[in-house]
Amino acid sequence: MRKSVFVGAFAASALVAGLAQAQSTLEQVKNRGELVCGSNTGQVGFGAPDANGVWQGFDVGFCRALAAAVLGDPMAVTFVPLTSQTRFSALASSEVDVLARNTTWTFTRDVDLSLTFVGTNYYDGQGFMVNRELGVSSALELDGATVCIQTGTTTELNLADYFRINGMDYEPVPVDTAAEAQQQYLAGACDVYTDDVSALASSRAAFAEPGDHVILPEVVSKEPLGPVVRQGDDNWADIVQWTLFALIAAEELGVTSANVEEMKTGSNNPEVGRLLGTTGGFGDMLGLDNDWAARAIAAVGNYGELFANTIGDQTPIGLARGLNAQWTQGGLLYAPPFR
Amino acid sequence: MSDTHAQTVSYVRETMLAPQDPPRSQTGAVKWVHENLFSGWINTGLTLISLLVIFWLVSGISPWLLNSVWRAGSLSECRAILDGTSGACFAVIVDRWHQLLFGFYPPALYWRPVLALLLLFVALAPVLFTGLPRRMLAFSALYPFIGYHLIWGGSLWFPVTALMGFGVGALAYLLMRKLNNLAAIFAAILAPVLWWVFAAGPLDSALYSIMPLGLDFVRSDRIGGFLISMIVGVSAISLSLPLGILLALGRQSDMVFIKTVCVVFIEFIRGVPLITLLLFASLLLNFFLPPGTSFDLILRVIIMLTFFASAYMAEVIRGGLAALPKGQYEAADALGLDYWKAQRLIIMPQALKISIPGIVNTFIGMFKDTTLLVFIAILEPLALANAIRADTNWNGIYWELFIFIGALFFIFCFGMSRYSMYLERKLKTDHR
Repeated sequence: MRKSVFVGAFAASALVAGLAQAQSTLEQVKNRGELVCGSNTGQVGFGAPDANGVWQGFDVGFCRALAAAVLGDPMAVTFVPLTSQTRFSALASSEVDVLARNTTWTFTRDVDLSLTFVGTNYYDGQGFMVNRELGVSSALELDGATVCIQTGTTTELNLADYFRINGMDYEPVPVDTAAEAQQQYLAGACDVYTDDVSALASSRAAFAEPGDHVILPEVVSKEPLGPVVRQGDDNWADIVQWTLFALIAAEELGVTSANVEEMKTGSNNPEVGRLLGTTGGFGDMLGLDNDWAARAIAAVGNYGELFANTIGDQTPIGLARGLNAQWTQGGLLYAPPFR
Repeated sequence: MSDTHAQTVSYVRETMLAPQDPPRSQTGAVKWVHENLFSGWINTGLTLISLLVIFWLVSGISPWLLNSVWRAGSLSECRAILDGTSGACFAVIVDRWHQLLFGFYPPALYWRPVLALLLLFVALAPVLFTGLPRRMLAFSALYPFIGYHLIWGGSLWFPVTALMGFGVGALAYLLMRKLNNLAAIFAAILAPVLWWVFAAGPLDSALYSIMPLGLDFVRSDRIGGFLISMIVGVSAISLSLPLGILLALGRQSDMVFIKTVCVVFIEFIRGVPLITLLLFASLLLNFFLPPGTSFDLILRVIIMLTFFASAYMAEVIRGGLAALPKGQYEAADALGLDYWKAQRLIIMPQALKISIPGIVNTFIGMFKDTTLLVFIAILEPLALANAIRADTNWNGIYWELFIFIGALFFIFCFGMSRYSMYLERKLKTDHR
């Protein structure tokens, strides 16, 4: 009897599926009334559920902006926590609509895994943290060190490259999560803890004696982190990409969550008009309505607000804008024109 | 005779001496200590070394545990209270215990999983203890539907119409039995499936539109923590035992087709690591199902864990079957019992009794294996520990969460193990 329950469930799901076949991602999301966003299993500042089970963070904020743009409700998002090993399979198997989980944009992931990286929402780089007592002031002095490193990430490969280029040896101590890495590092199982600089900063902020640990000045890799979608649905990739650009452009143009309504009519900059949908009809071209970008900005604020609220220097994580400043401020954020 | 030595011995004692206490070194604690701890120089040495190790462990851990902080809003507050001394920060448990137990289940509805747990014990009681009235088994049979409705909620008619499927099956069996026994069995399987696929859904919505009874619906992704370990563990445990018995019998069957299917199933499942099966359920299954299908992840996981546990269970029970003397089978045949009666009345009671330690072993292993769900991102307790650590308030906390989770798992596994020992004593008939 029990077996027949399973058979029934399989048959029922196949039947339902027959009706819902061959829809674009946008149609699926709209029919479902909900965006399914692949997120981190818990990365301080970037994505984690709070005490009430509401997801918060920088990457989470992007998903909320996307949900606001597509569905009109920033809370209409289901977050599926994914580990670094399962994230790409989950995206490829349509388990999630978009992956916003500090994922580095690399050649093989983009080309070989058939994914589409739509842009960069955080420019990171790999660094090293050591105990101050070690007396090390440069990563070039780390020959022969034991290094705590998370498996299944680009940091693992960068580390090997960096040490090979500089003719140094190291002994890896593989760990699975940042929490485990912190424990191993604090317990002295490794001399060096390597990860993206943003992660190192948030780990160090959690230590009992943050001042005892130094993050070495060398940044040994480029880690452009950004949202990812499946290859083959270009319209959906455009929507995700231009939602990101809308947040970045909004900061450049001075549109914030507070003034978005008055900027809609009160701005004499035609680009603001096109961004917020008062002229140009750009939303229609994406298959959304013309208010899409205004809703996204109203939901989470522009890029600068989102950054400041989740990981900026007023938060316990305290990251400076650095590379993630607008191109006009000496950073790398550069949204193509809304034209 | 009594006078024989009257003239040779001047004095004969005629009363018994009161028994004396044994020497102090031969009684009580002193004797026990002497015999068990200091009975030779090797044992004395080992005892002293063990005492040193215990002292070292206790003196290392107890200051940390005794100096623990229970009230604080964040790890940094904890550290401020501890003021440089070493101590545990159990404030994280006080702050987040509800998440570790229930995941993100709506707090206003916590009474539902709690009630489901209490009713689970009521439903289990007649199964575990034969002294209780047999009528309570009717409640046990209904419990899966009650438990489902309490935890997930939604329309009350959904479990009711699902339950009706069994009635439909019984009805089909009774109708078809007049024609042919084999056809009746097929009808009894086919009719409920057709009912669930085609009739149950529309009937459920029709009844709900007439009479909207039911609890608030709670989505699967809100369910987490120990609640999910219990749901998955209890379902997989209770489904895997009957399935395991059938597989064990199938493996011993003379019918080639059934035997082959069972052997292939058991060997395949046992040959593949559980984590592979779980990743298959969570990621690969979606490639085979048509796009747009949402087939509840918890259900997928329960199915996979049930398959996994039942393959092991089948082998444990096959061990029990193999341990029975051939005479038992022949005796059953000699009594003229048919296959199912022989299994039910003679073979299985003995085989299962022999297999109890192995069965409970599999149960406990199964329950602990639910922590592997962390790898497919189901919010079981370990995954929640990760999520809690990702909060800026609690970033950097580590052992306290593991101690709490470990203690909860220990309570359940230890309970199961004690029950199995009780059952073994109760069923012991060999008078050894």
